[in-house]
Amino acid sequence: MSEAVVSAKNVVKAFADRQVICGIDFDIRPGICFGILGPNGAGKTTLMRMLLGLSPVTSGDYTLFGKAVSDASIHARVGVVPQLDNLDPDFSVRLNLKVYAGYFGISAKEAEPRIEELLEFAALTSRGNDQVATLSGGMRRRLMVARALINNPDLIVLDEPSTGLDPQARHLIWQRLRSLKAHGKTLILTTHYMEEAAELCDELIVLDRGKILTRGSPHALIKAHVEAEVVAIRGLSNALDADELCDGLDIRRDHIGDTWFCYTNDARALVARCSERPELTFIHRPASLEDVFLKLTGRDMRDEA
Amino acid sequence: MNIFKLIPTHVLAVWRRNFLVWKKLAGASMLGNFGDPFLYLLGLGYGLGLYIGDMNGIPYMAYLASGILCSSAMNTATFESLYSAFTRMNQQGTWESMLATPVRVHEIIAGEQIWAATKSLISGTAIFLVAGLLGGIQQWDTALFALPIIFLIGLAFAGPALAICAISPSYDFFLYYFTLAVTPMFLFCGVFYPIDTLPAFVQMVAQVLPLTHAVALIRPLLTEMPLTMPLLHIGVLALYAVGGFALASRLATRRLLR
Repeated sequence: MSEAVVSAKNVVKAFADRQVICGIDFDIRPGICFGILGPNGAGKTTLMRMLLGLSPVTSGDYTLFGKAVSDASIHARVGVVPQLDNLDPDFSVRLNLKVYAGYFGISAKEAEPRIEELLEFAALTSRGNDQVATLSGGMRRRLMVARALINNPDLIVLDEPSTGLDPQARHLIWQRLRSLKAHGKTLILTTHYMEEAAELCDELIVLDRGKILTRGSPHALIKAHVEAEVVAIRGLSNALDADELCDGLDIRRDHIGDTWFCYTNDARALVARCSERPELTFIHRPASLEDVFLKLTGRDMRDEA
Repeated sequence: MNIFKLIPTHVLAVWRRNFLVWKKLAGASMLGNFGDPFLYLLGLGYGLGLYIGDMNGIPYMAYLASGILCSSAMNTATFESLYSAFTRMNQQGTWESMLATPVRVHEIIAGEQIWAATKSLISGTAIFLVAGLLGGIQQWDTALFALPIIFLIGLAFAGPALAICAISPSYDFFLYYFTLAVTPMFLFCGVFYPIDTLPAFVQMVAQVLPLTHAVALIRPLLTEMPLTMPLLHIGVLALYAVGGFALASRLATRRLLR
């Protein structure tokens, strides 16, 4: 197996009064898409900031391409797509890329053909001379992905790449990210869209309160943590009613608001029973990463912290 | 990290980014650079000059022009390093986007500082021309040496202002700096009248402030007044420039890399 792109050994991040990353270990193999999942305040952002040298590591070994993450030289091989838009609002699309190339010491002459390639990749060729302010949200995000590729990086780090985008824009971004992976790039992304993680990630970790709760491929995690099928039912009057409906069936139940989630490996009997009661509305679907996530991190609301 | 280990291409890239933004709005920006000092020179130089006549043996217009040249270099560099730099640091995420590249915090600070001094030089050149037209320059042969000194003055004021920027929670905070540092210097460092008319204690304070030394360098270059202790004045300005850079780099690192 080739050497890990990123390696974390007992990595700790502590601020004055609290530990936000409590000694975690993971390795990221080259050429995969690695997902970091977790509810707000789980430590995803801190883990990313440390990786990018934006936050000093309190203790432990955190390496990128075999060098400590504090080594400034690693930035030449990494592209970053931040969550918040920090494109230059005063510049056109092309000039944004050109100026950014300058930070990597790439000359204007060298950058020019690369910029045209990237505009094509991001489906922005026709908007190249437009001001950034006139672009839609999806276009701006694509431009940020293109910008992150200006130095032809081996690793691309994306912080919630599709947050706030409409489905078309999101699918376009996903498609571009998959094509990057096909070209041998390693991707790291944080997200709390389980659909996004399932679409893109080969491996992921679920983080909560600074610890890794579980890790594996999306498929393996679903298999390991939840039953194969889910029936979400509304219209049941109370727990007794739910008991009655599920009587005699092998079902794990979860109740949130007005909805009962019933997890089972064979939902046929339950679906048949639900169909006989017209007052119930129900959705029957295969279990997803979201079910794993909610089972592991709980259904309670979190404060943003 | 050694903050004096700067990679020139990184610093230049930061400078160039700001220059390109300025270039887009150069017209409006230049108007501002000309406008204020032009009004001061006209209003005070002519108006007040008529009553005052000579000051320290030279016409008041010439006396004032050299002072205004210095104070405008101070103001330009200070504004750029407070308001504009804060926008780039806090509102637009420009610094953050640079930190995702090989550019490091102290190189951003250096690029910003040199850019602010460049703006001082641009506006200084504008005032230089206005002063020349209004008869504020007596000695053209030495006057041109004022231009590199204006750049140094820009560096000396940009450094401390960037340090203030790096600890500022919001734009409102800058008002303290103006009230406590910039305005007193504008009034008590020899821009309008010789500081030896001030009480001894105030004179002592004025001697450690950079604007005093800026004026002491620029005025003899533009007028017939004799130049004394140039190396001391250059030394003090250089100290503010380097000290300000070091402090701003440390404070910005503390703020950005948590």
